[in-house]
Amino acid sequence: MADANHPSDYDADAYEREVGTAVSLDTGDHVGDGGLPERFENPGLPAHQPRMADLDDGAAKRAERQVATLFGISVVGTLGFLVAYFAVPTDARMFFPGLGDVSTSNFLLGVTLALSLLGIGAGAIHWAKTLMPDVEEIELRHPMRSAPEDREKFGDIVLGGGETAQLTRRPLLKYSMGGALGLFAIPLLVQLVGSLGPFDQPFRRLATTFWDGHEVDGDGNPIFVRPRLMRDPQNTPVRPEEVPIGSVFHIQPEGLLDLESHILEEKAKASVVLMRLNPSDFVSEKARDWGYEGIVAYSKICTHVGCPVGLYEQHTHHLLCPCHQSTFDVTDDCKVIFGPAKRALPQLKITVDDEGYLVADQPFQEPVGPSFWERERL
Amino acid sequence: MNALAARRRHPAAIALLLMVALLVTGGLYAALAPEPAAAAAVTADQVSEGQALFRANCASCHGLNAEGNAPDPGQEEEGAYGPTLVGAGAASVHFQMETGRMPMAAPRPQAPRVNQVEFSDEQIEAIAAYVASLGPGPARPDEEWLDWEGQGDAGRGGTLYRSNCAMCHSSAAAGGALTRGKYAPTLEDVEPVHIYEAMLTGPQNMPVFNDANLSPEDKRDVIAYVKQMHATGNPGGLSLGNLGPSSEALFIWVFGLGIMIGTAVWVGQKGA
Repeated sequence: MADANHPSDYDADAYEREVGTAVSLDTGDHVGDGGLPERFENPGLPAHQPRMADLDDGAAKRAERQVATLFGISVVGTLGFLVAYFAVPTDARMFFPGLGDVSTSNFLLGVTLALSLLGIGAGAIHWAKTLMPDVEEIELRHPMRSAPEDREKFGDIVLGGGETAQLTRRPLLKYSMGGALGLFAIPLLVQLVGSLGPFDQPFRRLATTFWDGHEVDGDGNPIFVRPRLMRDPQNTPVRPEEVPIGSVFHIQPEGLLDLESHILEEKAKASVVLMRLNPSDFVSEKARDWGYEGIVAYSKICTHVGCPVGLYEQHTHHLLCPCHQSTFDVTDDCKVIFGPAKRALPQLKITVDDEGYLVADQPFQEPVGPSFWERERL
Repeated sequence: MNALAARRRHPAAIALLLMVALLVTGGLYAALAPEPAAAAAVTADQVSEGQALFRANCASCHGLNAEGNAPDPGQEEEGAYGPTLVGAGAASVHFQMETGRMPMAAPRPQAPRVNQVEFSDEQIEAIAAYVASLGPGPARPDEEWLDWEGQGDAGRGGTLYRSNCAMCHSSAAAGGALTRGKYAPTLEDVEPVHIYEAMLTGPQNMPVFNDANLSPEDKRDVIAYVKQMHATGNPGGLSLGNLGPSSEALFIWVFGLGIMIGTAVWVGQKGA
């Protein structure tokens, strides 16, 4: 059999005797005789073709100059970057065709840095393609296993080291070191396991919002205080007569901004949109009953993956989520009418307090935001 | 003075004092309270001219007396119908007609902005006067609330914009898609007065942001934010419409991948 590493050994005549004339693939159409060989022989690598620069000294010189030019472009780019960095003020603007008005500094820094990197890369590749040796070479793999005497000696060294370190004579050392190393793994595991499962129950934090109340009673349950609905971001209370039909108010609970920490986490759960519809437009009795004279409040957190559902169309009464186009019908208790969301938006039951401001009549009756595994258990 | 002091316990003194206090309060209110702008110089001629223009150009959808055409149930998305304009106010007419949105060329989900406005300022003024005469509605804003360069607070406006506007008009105020062919238009190159009137009246499917929701100062700050943002320009140059991942991904798929494939072909070719 011909050795794959030495194409010159390939016996074309023998192959021809067995299966007919071997043809090169780039010589047009050949009609075969339909016969199959006994076995396909490895044709080996094609013959090595020398390049222009291998044969002609002038071509080699030219390639050398081309590579040097590419590296030179990189040098110019790097120097240009330094000049642009120090000389061009960051607020300068320039016009570049096709891009429009751009920051001069951004543009020059980007172009010069691109030239300096591309010059190195292009020069190296051009060098490799024209001047570096391109002869195909094959290196055989060596066996991985060490020689038997080396292996034996290694074993002697390890065991002898343990002996001289008195590991075998003094077992206390062995067991105390083993205990220390073993216990060292616990902090790593505790972090992983401790925040999962029954120890922490992070989903409990999703079950309540700031509307449930911030102060807790003796049992640790939040005390509901009928918080007012406050405009976001002005943080002023809303009177029902200020809400005309067709308007939308973005609402946060009263007292949210008095928190000393975690304001954004609480806001991300407690944000609400407030809309007023003609009371006769409602299809759902519950939606109307939980509102106040046509004013209804719904959680602003999409039940799909929790984006703020803020796009309200005042004539179609659709609430649209900008992330994945889930659409909720406000007249029908914010039922999903389009998109990937699976549940209606939770409604916040509202009424007015003694001073005539809109307040929450009860907290959200279900966890707001996206679904999660333990949601049904809450 | 002594005579006055002597009579200060007279039974009529309290009544007299109340009268004086009422007069002062009423006088101060009349002097200081903002006048409704709609009351400014509207003549009967203007109203009748506006009515004629309205009947010629608007009545086919909004009804001969602006009473509106109700859509068939379930057909809200299509068909020639217009809401009643009683109570729409002058601000609404100015916004819709000066931006070319009304009259609409054909009934469709969105009334697009048209740069070639077919009506003169006087004609729009007359139609606004007519519509304003039908019932009380929002009037044009005072110049004071449009002076965003002098008195607007763009930083505060940015906070308000991100809470109330950015979800539809995008954080770059470049606009965005809504449901079923509707969209929120870009705010670039929109006159401050039109931004103000749009917030005040809630054109098409935009919600209403009345003065109790966004006070006139709030509206001025929002305008200042939008205008300053667009005046700052785009340091990166080609914004691709500020439309976010769709246009940016298309660009990088075509040009970024194209360049990478071309480079890979060049690297893989055997040197000559």
